[in-house]
Amino acid sequence: MAPRTPGGLSSRNGRAAAAPEARPAAAGPAAPDTATGVAGIAPTARMRGLTRQFGDRRVLDGLDLDIAPGEFVALIGRSGSGKSTLLRALAGLDSGVTGELSVAGAVAVAFQEPRLVPWRRVRDNVCLGLRASDPKSVARAALEEVGLAAQADAWPLTLSGGEAQRAALARALVREPSLLLLDEPFSALDALTRITMHHLVLRLWAHHQPAVLLVTHDVDEALSLADRVIVLAGGRIAYSCLVSIPRPRGRDHPELTALHTRLLSELGVATEGD
Amino acid sequence: MPGNTPTGLLPARSPRAMTGRRAEEDEESSGAAQGGSQSALPAALGRKRPGRSRSWYRLISPLAFLAAWQAVSMSGVISQQKLPPPTEVWHTAMTLITTDSPAYGTLQGAMAVSLERVAAGFALGAGTGLILAVIAGLSRLGENSVDPLMQMLRTLPLFGLIPVFIVWFGIGELPKVLLIAMGAAIPLYLNTFAGIRSVDAKLAEAGQTLGLSRAEMIRHIILPGALPQMLVGLRQSLGVAWLALVVAEQINASAGLGFIISQATQFLRNDMIFVALLVYCVLGLLTDALVRLAERKALVWRRGLLEG
Repeated sequence: MAPRTPGGLSSRNGRAAAAPEARPAAAGPAAPDTATGVAGIAPTARMRGLTRQFGDRRVLDGLDLDIAPGEFVALIGRSGSGKSTLLRALAGLDSGVTGELSVAGAVAVAFQEPRLVPWRRVRDNVCLGLRASDPKSVARAALEEVGLAAQADAWPLTLSGGEAQRAALARALVREPSLLLLDEPFSALDALTRITMHHLVLRLWAHHQPAVLLVTHDVDEALSLADRVIVLAGGRIAYSCLVSIPRPRGRDHPELTALHTRLLSELGVATEGD
Repeated sequence: MPGNTPTGLLPARSPRAMTGRRAEEDEESSGAAQGGSQSALPAALGRKRPGRSRSWYRLISPLAFLAAWQAVSMSGVISQQKLPPPTEVWHTAMTLITTDSPAYGTLQGAMAVSLERVAAGFALGAGTGLILAVIAGLSRLGENSVDPLMQMLRTLPLFGLIPVFIVWFGIGELPKVLLIAMGAAIPLYLNTFAGIRSVDAKLAEAGQTLGLSRAEMIRHIILPGALPQMLVGLRQSLGVAWLALVVAEQINASAGLGFIISQATQFLRNDMIFVALLVYCVLGLLTDALVRLAERKALVWRRGLLEG
């Protein structure tokens, strides 16, 4: 396939052919950027030499990354590391990216702010742009799934932060995406709601089996959710590790603790005194 | 927003008076856009329908004003010829309604003529302003072609055009309607254009990721997003339309409220002039109330913010 800029993601035709039966289970040391843990299956998202320049600054600098069907990838990095730029490129919101980028199937996004359309009721938000024969009933089912059936007729501005974010998740998942992009969707929520949302996301992921790219700056969150955690620095992948511990993951699992320390040091947090 | 409710901020001496005052402040600070917030704030305070009691309070100052007017006029401080008391104005109005005098016609007849003028001018002006705003708001090309012209028109003194209009269109209905149209078009254009441009880019992005077509984006995101600002413009446009009507009707009208005023000027009937002026007032208030009602319906999603 010829290199294309992601301005026209023409390869988004239909669902990814391969059903993500096999959850990436590979354990082990830091894997290369393109190793998804699933061998022999065409990736849902494929990036090669992805570069984005703002003036003199290269926010993405020749990034290579594959995301396998059904894989849950967490992307962490300090602010300005390019993680949001990468997500926007995958979402088709940035036409200034160069390099090769292809996504098989539909892409859906849940943003940091829920971005519900305030003048449409919750159900109509979920329906928005939905090409289905009976969008209302599809939306109702989706809202039921996120536990928001009772608020289907509510105005978005009456929802709490957690409810709004659940509605946003329903709106994203109702499109049956093969790639679900989560842009720090839990960072504005209180700690208890965040935990509930983590469980919800894992449940939805297990049910719908999209590939997920979660952008976060919370190492704990990344470790408790993802199959693979990637550290982005200077527009490149600085570190990548597979997390093979079965879910739900206890926080004090020794392997997680070790990974936690490692990730923090990769982020430049643990090294004090500079 | 819950934080906006004044429960914890102001001394809760009189919740009713307070909600009234608060709603007024709110309205001013938000450019008079929220017809909804007015009725919603009391709801946030846990009051069911305080609207009636609140409007009762709002009647005090106008009534006091009328009483003072009556007193000044009756006492002879200002001659009744110059300032007829409200009771006389009322009497004149009644006479004008019940008798079809050759000099003035009937009040209701004059109202109908004036309303027709303002309706025609407003419809023409508002429609044009709205269409131009959508053209300018949705594309750079549209902005570059429409906006400079509208900005030029905006600075043109509207009533300075009257002599030109008379030369071009004579002294019939056309120059009057066109003057009203020009006056009404500008505020609606400016506000709608600004409203379209200030639609949250994040919502537009969300719409893009949801796969909305351009038409769907305009229909579901951009136009509803511009609506609050557009309604502000609508109210301003109506205000200008009434103003332009009053001025336009001084152009050799042979019917309408302006005709009554010019006749009354000749016959030194100040009471008659006051009647016509008060009718302008009432009609202006009524049309404004209509737009507020429309606002309340159209922006119900904002009120939801406060009920939650």
